[in-house]
Amino acid sequence: MNAANKQPIVTVSGLEKRFRALVVLDQIDFSMRADEAVGIVGPNGAGKTTFLSVLVGAHPPTRGTITFAGEDVTNLPAAERSRRGIIRTHQIPRPFGGMTVFENVFVAAANGGNFAREEAYERASESLRLCGMFHLANRRAETLGLLDRKRLELARALGTNPKLLLLDEIGGGLTDGEANELVGTIRELRQRGIAIVWIEHIVHILLQIADRLICMDAGRIIADGDPQTVMKTPAVVEAYLGGSVE
Amino acid sequence: MSLLEIRNLDVRHGLLQAVRDLSLSVEKGETVALVGANGAGKTTLLRTVAGAHMPAGGSVVFNGIDITTVPAYRRVGLGIALVPEGRRLFGQMSVEENLVLARSAGRRGDWTVEHVLDAFPNLKPRRHAKAGNLSGGEQQATAIGRALMTNPDVLILDEVSLGLSPLAVDRVYASLQSLIGGGTTIILVEQDLRRAMRVADRIVCMLEGRIVLEGKRGEISREQVSEAYFGLGSDKGRVHA
Repeated sequence: MNAANKQPIVTVSGLEKRFRALVVLDQIDFSMRADEAVGIVGPNGAGKTTFLSVLVGAHPPTRGTITFAGEDVTNLPAAERSRRGIIRTHQIPRPFGGMTVFENVFVAAANGGNFAREEAYERASESLRLCGMFHLANRRAETLGLLDRKRLELARALGTNPKLLLLDEIGGGLTDGEANELVGTIRELRQRGIAIVWIEHIVHILLQIADRLICMDAGRIIADGDPQTVMKTPAVVEAYLGGSVE
Repeated sequence: MSLLEIRNLDVRHGLLQAVRDLSLSVEKGETVALVGANGAGKTTLLRTVAGAHMPAGGSVVFNGIDITTVPAYRRVGLGIALVPEGRRLFGQMSVEENLVLARSAGRRGDWTVEHVLDAFPNLKPRRHAKAGNLSGGEQQATAIGRALMTNPDVLILDEVSLGLSPLAVDRVYASLQSLIGGGTTIILVEQDLRRAMRVADRIVCMLEGRIVLEGKRGEISREQVSEAYFGLGSDKGRVHA
């Protein structure tokens, strides 16, 4: 294990996000190392997706700071953060439908990753290979099925050469076999040293990758630790299922 | 014969399969609570039973009639009433107008505006108020009342407590208890397991479009539901508690 991996890759302090009167993120303190895969669970409206959006710079925080690889990125726009290595995937993949699979990933590498043309070409090819999509490189993205759209979403993110990959419900709607394939790809990314934060409702898929789980509820982190322990924490079960039966 | 029989139902939203080869029977007079995480397919299942969404495969049989391809408005006439998530009232119309509108289903029965106002006493002073100006709890009561005005054989309630204050939820459930006591068949989605376990005869837990656990009240534990809800059990097949 390389010493750099033991350093926090991202540290979030006192993070708060309000939409007018609505507090969506409430005093979030969070830190993770580069060699970690962290799962995020929590009921609807807990603030999970907003947390990812604030981390990548899609929404500015109302308060608090975000430090990435030792640099304060709180006020950096999303494009700058992407070039530094923070990237996310979206719940509903929206590729450029009229472009080919390869062009979609190339655009991500050239713009999001800031690679020069030849390097972006190599980067796009490698990302497609990693995601098992190279044979589909010349297909128009709009002709892809759900699993391939999700793979393409992942390949586009990888095209930017991320250090921190944020996945938002990438497993939803897949069959068991498809979900297992996706888990295999994500495991491979981890082995390549990419730090992963993964929001997922399908907990048993998440537990195949995450070595640490946090549970959010009403904008706060209510549990953080070993996944099996977190899922059995009374506050976590209560957040999903309501209070226990008297 | 069961009142409602769902057989090998497959429902898709475009590329996404929301309900997978699901079978479920509901007996007359039974109250069934559906629980499950976001995206488990609960709402899709209810909407498919009500005819608001057409299945890709399988069948829905109601009162012995195959209604799989019957449009939603005709299902109301056959006795299926859905209270959708978010209530979906006509906001510019009064409570009374929303209730009277449901008579167009043309089903005979005991439910009148007065009867609904007796069942939901908090609506009495709001009878002529615009539905759009009501509190969440009053809107939910109006939406349930509107469904009852069709004199349904089965009342389907999606996300009964969503967005309501604890007090409003108590009121809605108190009214539901009297319906259950009167023998109305009810299928409801409820996130709060404690409430579901109090009100339902049977709990059905869904995960990723399938039923992973079902059992009668008293024969199913919170721990079993919690494990099935998160898919933490070793076996992903259907478990009968």
